[in-house]
Amino acid sequence: MMDLRELYQDIILDHGRHPRNFRALAEPTHTARGHNPLCGDRVTVYLALDADRIVDLSFEGRGCAISTAAASLMTEILKGKTVAEAEALFRHFHARVTGGEETELPEALAEGMERLEPLTGVKAYPARVKCATLSWHALEAALKGAPPQTTVKTE
Amino acid sequence: MSTANMPSLASGTGAFDPRRLRREFPIFANNPDLVYLDSAASAQKPRAVIDRIAEYYRTDYANVHRGVYRLSAHSTELYEEAREKVRRFLNAAEAREIIFVRNTTEAINLVAQSWGPAFLKEGDEVLISELEHHSNIVPWQLLRDRLKIRLVVAPIDATGGLDLSAFEARLTPKTRLVAMTHIANASGARVPVETVVKLAHRYGARVLLDGSQAAPRLAVDVQALECDFYALTGHKVYGPTGIGVLYGRRDLLAAMPPWQGGGEMIASVTFEKTEYLEPPHRFEAGTPDISGAIGLGAALDFITALGRDHILEHEEALTGYGVDQLSRIPGLTLIGAGQHRLGILSFDLEGVHPHDVATVLDRHHVAVRAGNHCAQPLLDKMGYGATTRASLGVYSDERDIDALCAALEAAREMFR
Repeated sequence: MMDLRELYQDIILDHGRHPRNFRALAEPTHTARGHNPLCGDRVTVYLALDADRIVDLSFEGRGCAISTAAASLMTEILKGKTVAEAEALFRHFHARVTGGEETELPEALAEGMERLEPLTGVKAYPARVKCATLSWHALEAALKGAPPQTTVKTE
Repeated sequence: MSTANMPSLASGTGAFDPRRLRREFPIFANNPDLVYLDSAASAQKPRAVIDRIAEYYRTDYANVHRGVYRLSAHSTELYEEAREKVRRFLNAAEAREIIFVRNTTEAINLVAQSWGPAFLKEGDEVLISELEHHSNIVPWQLLRDRLKIRLVVAPIDATGGLDLSAFEARLTPKTRLVAMTHIANASGARVPVETVVKLAHRYGARVLLDGSQAAPRLAVDVQALECDFYALTGHKVYGPTGIGVLYGRRDLLAAMPPWQGGGEMIASVTFEKTEYLEPPHRFEAGTPDISGAIGLGAALDFITALGRDHILEHEEALTGYGVDQLSRIPGLTLIGAGQHRLGILSFDLEGVHPHDVATVLDRHHVAVRAGNHCAQPLLDKMGYGATTRASLGVYSDERDIDALCAALEAAREMFR
């Protein structure tokens, strides 16, 4: 059995307590809400795109330590990345936490994935996987873009 | 069968011993570390129930109400005997007032879909409360949209219990039905249903009580309560999943049309016209959950043998112990702190999300529920998105509460 501290690593506890980019953007180009009906967690992701580059990214909402840390880390990692890179990183991360087939990860995203590594502990806690992916699903919905404000639910 | 092959469970003092009782529940032998505090979601099953279901399939099984042969006739007897056991459990006047359904949710939907369109017209009101779980909200919303009736909601008071005077103020001559929980699943609040029924009847309204959480904990007497409908689910009274009960007063059921059509519920069928059976069979279309009903009967025998007074005494004492112990944990707030509660302890731990609480508790083998408990409107009203809920059963004891508190301290430590 996995030790609890492998799930709740310091980096997760830290981002859970003190989430980064925890605010609304004044002028987002895209936003989306995520909702986990199981626990009632809600997250809103705000995105500012310049062409296909993410120039700013933030979130608001309430959630558990895992979902808050996941959203916080996501906003830090993806700032400055392209939409294609964000999507590639999500695909890879999603496969890692759900046990799906791992996708190729471009070299430029290796560091980002390394920072997400602590979150992959949820793989041992099937009921908690959605906590780690909620904000990413919201981001994906925001990027798909139409309608401008979208609500996604965890799968 | 029933009590004859069951070891004596009552101790000399009158109350039973949960630790000894635990031997009757194989789940604990197979999960020795388990601290099970989620009986409000579903209760564990005693050997008497598990064995009875297996025995039925091994020795007595055949379809009911159709075979001429001995085995089918016997199976029918066992199924109808289970109905009689439910009648006794609820002290209904007659066995034909007992309808087997899948669960409480289906019982409520049956009333909404059969009684509703037959007795409600545009502008009529159905009165529920803020304490309801989704099963006693959504069927009425569906009916509201279909019949253009009004769905009125009675609020809770500052303690988290039903606000009786506000409830009374919402009763009008247009109130045709009051549908209310007996014990709230999200907070454990006990509703003074005797008063609710009296007030509702004064306005000519029918009353449906949701007994999901009350049936395992309280002696329910539908004749003393004078309620018109009473719903319960088998898996929360230590019986199997897939079986539940709707009690309905005979004259009401007799006036209600079928809600599902098929075999088992008809007197005669031609392509032009079908005649339906009398209740209860009118409401039991298709082959029923025969083994579920028989297993439920065994569960009710089990409860009766324990003594429902003893169960209530046990749950009240342990609920009190739980309130005392949990209240000592810094940062912990009980949901509905001032209410009259039974068997359910729902709480918030400051700074720690319920899902994180539940994950830490799980690592300490403590099984609780975290989330909105299918009662999102109630938690929204009380200002919580989610809570952690510990709930008791006949096998729960002070050691379970102590283990819960120790694990909560570990959670506080980790997220400090």
